[in-house]
Amino acid sequence: MTIKRTIGEKLFDSLNVLLMILLIIITLYPLWHVLNASLSDSNRLMAHSGLLLLPDGFNLDSYKLVLSNPSILSGYRNTLVIVVLGTALNLLFTILGAYTLSRKSFMLRNPIMLAIVFTMFFNGGIIPTYLLINNTLHLGDNLLALIVPGLVSSYNLIIMRTAFQGISESLLESARIDGAGELRILWRIVVPLSMPVIAVMILFYGVGHWNSWFSAILYIRDRDLYPLQLVLREILIQNSTDSMTTSAAMGDKEAIGESVKYATVMVATLPILFIYPFLQKYFVKGVMIGAIKE
Amino acid sequence: MAFPVVLYFLVFKYLPMYGAVIAFKEYTVGKGIWGSEWVGLQHFRDFFQSYYFWRVLKNTLILSFYQLLFGFPAPILLALLLNELRHEMFKRTVQTVSYIPHFISLVVICGMVVDFSSRDGLFNSIITFFGGESSALLSEPGNFRTIYTASSIWQELGFSTIIYLAALSGINPELYDASMVDGASRLRRVWHITLPGIIPMIVILLILRIGGLMEIGFEKVILLYNPNVYDTADVISTFVYRKGISESAEFSYTTAVGLFQSLVNFILLIGANRLSKAVSDNKLF
Repeated sequence: MTIKRTIGEKLFDSLNVLLMILLIIITLYPLWHVLNASLSDSNRLMAHSGLLLLPDGFNLDSYKLVLSNPSILSGYRNTLVIVVLGTALNLLFTILGAYTLSRKSFMLRNPIMLAIVFTMFFNGGIIPTYLLINNTLHLGDNLLALIVPGLVSSYNLIIMRTAFQGISESLLESARIDGAGELRILWRIVVPLSMPVIAVMILFYGVGHWNSWFSAILYIRDRDLYPLQLVLREILIQNSTDSMTTSAAMGDKEAIGESVKYATVMVATLPILFIYPFLQKYFVKGVMIGAIKE
Repeated sequence: MAFPVVLYFLVFKYLPMYGAVIAFKEYTVGKGIWGSEWVGLQHFRDFFQSYYFWRVLKNTLILSFYQLLFGFPAPILLALLLNELRHEMFKRTVQTVSYIPHFISLVVICGMVVDFSSRDGLFNSIITFFGGESSALLSEPGNFRTIYTASSIWQELGFSTIIYLAALSGINPELYDASMVDGASRLRRVWHITLPGIIPMIVILLILRIGGLMEIGFEKVILLYNPNVYDTADVISTFVYRKGISESAEFSYTTAVGLFQSLVNFILLIGANRLSKAVSDNKLF
C-alpha cells in the first residue's frame, strides 16, 4: 500500500536529505583537513589560510619526522603492551567474576553484586585512589599502575553476567553430571557459547586502554614508559615538537612544527580508522547489549 | 572463583572509600591515615568559604547543563530524522560516517580543537571569511563552554544515536500501518507512535545523565583549558587534580572537595530516580 506524498512531505524529505549531507560534511571535513595539512609542504601550510581541499605542495617530510621520533615509537610500544596485557587480564577477571555471580547456587551472589553496583555510583575520589596506588602500593612508574586499578569495569561485568545468565542451566547441569568441574564448564562450555559478548568486551577494554592517558599522568614520570596518548598530548596540546625539529633552523621550526602536528594526528588515528569498519558491528552490538535492562 | 574479583573491588574501590576519611583529618604522608589528627569538618568549611567554591560549582553545573540541554536531545533528534530517511543505503552511509569521530582518541580530538582554535587556525579562517575578527579562541573565557559543548556533540552525536535507533527498530510496524489507514499524517505518526516508543529509553538515559551531573568529563576540560579561561572552565574535578596532585599536594583538603562532589552526585541520582518513578513509572533501580 502506498499513499501519495503531499507537497509538505516531499519538502520535508528533501530538507532532511540536505541536512544529513551537511552532517556528513561537518563530520568528515575536519579529518580531511588534517589529512591534507599533514601531506602539505610545511612552509606553504604556514602561509595558507582557509579550507584545504587538497594538500598544498605535496610532500611526506613530516611523516618521516614523526615516524623517526623515538618518543612516538616508544609510546606505540608501551601502548601495545598495555592494550594486550591489560585487555587479557581484564577479560580473565571479568569472566571469572561474571561466571560466579551468574550462578544461582552461589550464596553470596546478591550481596556481592550489590556491593559492586554501589561502586558505580559512589567512589572514594581521585586523591584517595592516587594515594593508594602511588604511596601505599608503590606502583608509580610501573605500567601495572595503568592496568591493575581498572581490572574489572562494573558496567562490563554486568553485561557479561547477563550474557552468562542466558545460557541454559540444564546444559551446565548435564556437564556437571558427566563429572566436569566448574572451571572446565566455564572454559569449555560457557566461554565458547559467549564469544560474541566476549568480542564486545575485548573491544570495550582494548579501546579504553588505547585511549587512556589520565592515569598515566598520575602515575608515570619516566618518559620511556609514556603511553602513546601522553606523547600525543605533549605534541598536540602542549605544543612541544622540539624533540622532532631540533635540527631545523629557528625560522623553519614553527612551520615544521605545524605540519608535524597534523602528521602526528594521522599516525595516531589511521590504525583505528583502518580497523574501524571491522569493529563497527561489534560496537553497535555492544551498545545494544549494554542497553538491556536487568 | 569470585575471590580475585572481590579482592579487586575491596582494594581498588572500597579502600579508597575508607581512605576518604582523610577529608576529616590533617593527613600527612609520614603519619599515614590512622596517625593523622582529626580536624572534623574544617576542610569542608574552608572550601565552602573559599573564593573557588562558587567558581568551580558554577562552572561544573553550567557545563553539565549545557551538555544536558544541547547534547542530550541531539542524538534523539538525529535518530528521528534518520528514521524518516527513505533510502536505506543513504541512511546507512550517514550512520557509518557519524560514528567515526567516536573512535578517535580524546587527546587527538582535543589536539585538533586546540589547533583549529588558534589565531590562524581553521575556525578563524571560517570566521574571517564571514567578515569576523580572528582571535585566539581558547584563551577567551567566553568561548570555552561553546567550544567544549560543540566539540563533544561533534564527537559523540552519531554514536549516541545507536541506542535510540535500536529502540526505534523495536516499534511494532503494524502501528504505523494502522495509523496510515486512519489517515494520520507523518508528523502525527512521529508524535503518537515513534516518540512514545522511545520514551522509556530517553527517561533511563536522562536519569543516568542527571546522576552524573557533577561529573562533567573533566579529562576533556584538562586537555582544553589553560589559566586564561579558569574563570569559566575550572570545574570541581580539575580543581581537585590541580590542588591535590599537579600543583600542590593538599591531600586532605582536595579529598574533602571530591567527597562533596560525590555526595551531591549520589543525591542527584537518587532524586532523579525517585522523580522518574513517580511521574513516568520508569526507573533505573
